[in-house]
Amino acid sequence: MKNHLVFDDNDPQSELSTLNLGPTHPATHGVFQNVLQLDGERIVSGVSTIGYIHRAFEKIAEHRPFYQITPLTDRLNYCSSPINNMGWHMTVEKLLGITTPKRVDYMRVIIMELARIADHIVCNGVLGVDTGAFTGFLYMMKYREHIYEIYEEVCGSRLTTNIGRIGGFERNFNTIAFDKTRKFLKEFPSVLKEFEALFNRNRIFMDRTRDVAAVTAEQALSYSWSGPILRATGVDYDVRVMEPYSSYDDFDFEVPVGVNGDVYNRFLVRNEEMWQSLRLIEQALAKIEKEPSDIFHADVPEFYLPPKEEVYNNMEALIYHFKIVMGEIDTPVTEVYHAVEGANGELGFYLVNDGGRSPYRLHFRRPSFINYQMYAPMSRGMLLSDAIINMSSLNVIAGELDA
Amino acid sequence: MGKISNEELLNSIKAKFESEVANVTEAFGLLTFETSRESIIDLLTFLKNDENLQFIYLTDITAIHYPESEKQIGVIYHVHSLVNNVRVRIKVFLADGDVHLPTATVLWNGANWMERETYDFFGVVFDGHPDLRRILNVDDLTVFPMRKEYPLEDPNRVDKHDFFFGR
Repeated sequence: MKNHLVFDDNDPQSELSTLNLGPTHPATHGVFQNVLQLDGERIVSGVSTIGYIHRAFEKIAEHRPFYQITPLTDRLNYCSSPINNMGWHMTVEKLLGITTPKRVDYMRVIIMELARIADHIVCNGVLGVDTGAFTGFLYMMKYREHIYEIYEEVCGSRLTTNIGRIGGFERNFNTIAFDKTRKFLKEFPSVLKEFEALFNRNRIFMDRTRDVAAVTAEQALSYSWSGPILRATGVDYDVRVMEPYSSYDDFDFEVPVGVNGDVYNRFLVRNEEMWQSLRLIEQALAKIEKEPSDIFHADVPEFYLPPKEEVYNNMEALIYHFKIVMGEIDTPVTEVYHAVEGANGELGFYLVNDGGRSPYRLHFRRPSFINYQMYAPMSRGMLLSDAIINMSSLNVIAGELDA
Repeated sequence: MGKISNEELLNSIKAKFESEVANVTEAFGLLTFETSRESIIDLLTFLKNDENLQFIYLTDITAIHYPESEKQIGVIYHVHSLVNNVRVRIKVFLADGDVHLPTATVLWNGANWMERETYDFFGVVFDGHPDLRRILNVDDLTVFPMRKEYPLEDPNRVDKHDFFFGR
């Protein structure tokens, strides 16, 4: 370690001090505990403790029908719940062999990319706050609100969305949802530009973030990192490109990569991903125009809940409604792994099915859980203030950490 | 999708581990097979270091419990070759009472917490793991809660049993 005082062995000042950072420290933005050994302001060693909000989702999922698991996925990464919801729907659709109409895929892309922008707004905004600049955060936060308003038009809720159903959406997007999305597309770029102007070449911000917590590609891969923080190290692994799910292979977008995986690179990668998400939404809106406007779910009456009016007035719909709710539908006995590119990385669902009404075993591959394990080892030798911004830029979400 | 087909992949694995590969399936295009406790680390090392395969990315480690079978606990590895864009799923089944498995932390640092989670919920002991403690549950928990003998709800409650649903 450089730049620190040297004391005699007997000097009490030579002792290390223990700092209990968290579990409810305001700078950690969530329930994270790290017990750090400090030499002055430098971290000598650290131990992460997790599990403060463990809710046993995998156990609960073994007792719930497939459609009741969607609300559990909301609560994984609650900054971008729609991506989790869609990931789960697509896993079940893969299991059941449902192909969704193109229009549904495009609607999903719009929602997922909006969620990615919302997540990155929070992460990059908070990174600004942690380096001492509140302004950018407040400018950007207004637009997360606009995204939440779009969710609200589509599904009625804002944070834990439970958006969509297995096979499609519960209702069609109304014109207000499309108008709000177009308005967002029109207004957000100028704000994002302003945000970048505020930070990208800001002397103070660069001094605080460049070469802080730099990670090589080898280290990142060894720790199974994924998502923007892996791409910041220069590895172009993006599930949307590697295994295009939904309709991502119909779109033209780029995967931004960084150079040395430090906090500054992660910030730039996330900003660039927001630009790419805007491109994707714009293309999806154009593609939707060409599709029949009344299709918002696949034609799979065995799995898709019929509308309530139908249930009350139509015998078939009533039977299907009963069978779906009571779990009478036979499902294939097999196992499936489906991954989506969550805002933090590869969000995987490993589902083992025994043909019953609920999964035999469901495992969530949670990117935050896997990304966070490098935090304590990489903090060694770091300044405490750098460790704080490192945590912000990892964008670890407590809900996704604990499952 | 991948640059090498499952068949080629299976052949190159079988060339080295002929007797150690069993129950090959291909659900949804993902090559799945079982292997033994003795050969799992050698097999993972081979997959990771082989020049043509390069399964450098450990996606996930988890487990599953089949209380009815002779070997109750299955540990499941998902590994991914980023170069060839192929995934493979490897399972090792272990008998209850002897739930030991060598650790994969020798190959990937990221295996550390995945194995701790698997230990925490299923009681799989990973021999050689540097820090095998519970991770999400409290330290003084005495059971492994994801095993099937621990029901989520009141076991006397019958209204959610399958026979009420025509099964």
